[in-house]
Amino acid sequence: MTAAATPMLELRHLSKIYGVDEAKVYALNDVNLSVQKGEFIAVMGPSGSGKSSAMNILGCLDTPTSGQYLLFGTDVTGLDRDQRALLRRHFLGFIFQGFNLLARTTALENVELPLIYQGIPAEERRERSMDALIKVGLQGRADHRPSELSGGQQQRVAIARAIVTKPGLILADEPTGNLDSARGREIMELLVQLNREEGLSVLMVTHEPDMADYANRIVTFVDGKIQSDKVRDRHAA
Amino acid sequence: MLLEALRLALSTVFRNKLRSFLTVLGIVIGVASVIAMVTVGQGSTAQVQSDVASLGSNLLMIRPGAPGRGPGGGSNDATPLTLADMQALLRYVPDIVAATPSSSRSQTVVFGEMNHTVQVTGTDDAYFGIRGWTLDFGRIFSDGEMRIGTPVCVLGTTTSVALIGEGNPVGTTIRVGKISCEVIGLLAKREASTFGQDDNDIIVMPLKAFQRRISGNKNVQSISVTFRDGAKAEDVTTQIQSLMRERRKLTGDQSDDFNVFDMKQISSVLTGITGVLTGLLSAVAAISLLVGGIGIMNIMLVSVTERTREIGIRMAVGATESQVLMQFLVEAIVLSLIGGILGILLGLGLGALGSYALNIGFLPDYRIVVASFIFSAVVGVVFGYFPARRAARLDPIEALRHQ
Repeated sequence: MTAAATPMLELRHLSKIYGVDEAKVYALNDVNLSVQKGEFIAVMGPSGSGKSSAMNILGCLDTPTSGQYLLFGTDVTGLDRDQRALLRRHFLGFIFQGFNLLARTTALENVELPLIYQGIPAEERRERSMDALIKVGLQGRADHRPSELSGGQQQRVAIARAIVTKPGLILADEPTGNLDSARGREIMELLVQLNREEGLSVLMVTHEPDMADYANRIVTFVDGKIQSDKVRDRHAA
Repeated sequence: MLLEALRLALSTVFRNKLRSFLTVLGIVIGVASVIAMVTVGQGSTAQVQSDVASLGSNLLMIRPGAPGRGPGGGSNDATPLTLADMQALLRYVPDIVAATPSSSRSQTVVFGEMNHTVQVTGTDDAYFGIRGWTLDFGRIFSDGEMRIGTPVCVLGTTTSVALIGEGNPVGTTIRVGKISCEVIGLLAKREASTFGQDDNDIIVMPLKAFQRRISGNKNVQSISVTFRDGAKAEDVTTQIQSLMRERRKLTGDQSDDFNVFDMKQISSVLTGITGVLTGLLSAVAAISLLVGGIGIMNIMLVSVTERTREIGIRMAVGATESQVLMQFLVEAIVLSLIGGILGILLGLGLGALGSYALNIGFLPDYRIVVASFIFSAVVGVVFGYFPARRAARLDPIEALRHQ
């Protein structure tokens, strides 16, 4: 596969419209974006700028009103709910601002969750989940429940859950939003490390310029359009 | 995947023990009542059937009195039966193979210090065969004793034990009412009882002795006949009726002043009543199962709302609609099956207790147990489907945003 020839994902004239007629709101208005494998992109913009809408569509959680979304060169725009679920299961990993771990469930079981839906046998599931927890520095915390972990640790569990399926792309929605700046930087360093060492592509929504500095490309949304798209040297990398 | 869903459902159910228990309580009560009803119902049906079987097969009973007033109804004002009636029946109704007269009266019997009130029956030697009695000790009446009315008697085990004690009573002399009577035999103990009466509390003596010394008349209270195998009870009854009408000089428009009972028919009526009662009570129990199912649906809907975020997370990591549906459906089924199993255990326990209290056999029916189990699962599917579908149809974006 020639990475340069086929972008990992590509948005073509993508629009998302809420409401009808007079009440029409363009959440996304003719967006074009192309992401290569291995990129670490920060998506910035004020609230209501369309960055969340874009993330939902990129994460196959939502469908665009018009335009095309190509994932690994394949048009996924017209897929139904179950087909999109399968795309998420095999190709995408999610990290949320609020961690979104299952309460009353151990760290290990949280990480195993996507593998259960992949139908991986219990033994292999356990091994791979332990490996993922080790990668995020949580060996020894496998049996802890989210309530027994700090915010930073919870986000690490979430990252382990996102990478355990070895997805092509990690979608992170304000991953440091609920953390203090020191913990936030630790999480960012972990993401950078995974991006470099594991070749994971990362698309991260953030409104904190400090955090965006860790990315090697910054895309800024304003009023449903991409205002700027800058490739840059990574901060402190 | 199904195994995972099952594991997940079990852990969810057991995590909220109290809530799960309250949720399934409706099912528990419903299933338990069905099982207890049916168990007790079957026990009493079997009891009635064995009572009737103990009366002997192909048995008809003729009593004086107009029909429709139940056994013994109206017998006082009707022309009594006589031994001649019995002999006529034996002679002119070819299907009848045996007949025995009997008259009974309650008497106080005394032996030494002991006294006991018991039903004393005067009859002939055919009685034992027709009623299916065998002897443990001694003998039945001889022809001579029947002819001259010698006061000899055969005791039931309960009577014998009450008066004389355990063991062989043959040879002792007891007082029956005003007469002395020599014990010549002991009946074998019979397990069944006739509609609640103890069959083993009985004294049998020759009819002539009974008529002369106890009743003081020549009446026969009832005639029991057995008919040959293959003959129909209805046909034999018709023949008996026409003969008896002739003997009692009833003209065409007069109705019968005697009664022919088919004991099997009485048993089927009784069994029918038990069946109807069981059916009615089971219908009530089925309604409580319905209510139980609605309880499960209610809690599952609450559960779906509470776990909206969890559903969103599962969808984000790749759960399909059918997988989410399956998770909640399996949970509902697990809940209702737990309810079903608890209900089966409780129902069998109550059934055993009820059978013991009513002094009937404990007859659990495995079919109703299996049916209850399957029915609980069906309740889970039916009432779990709607909440599960609601979970499966959630929009993952909305679900993830849910607090």
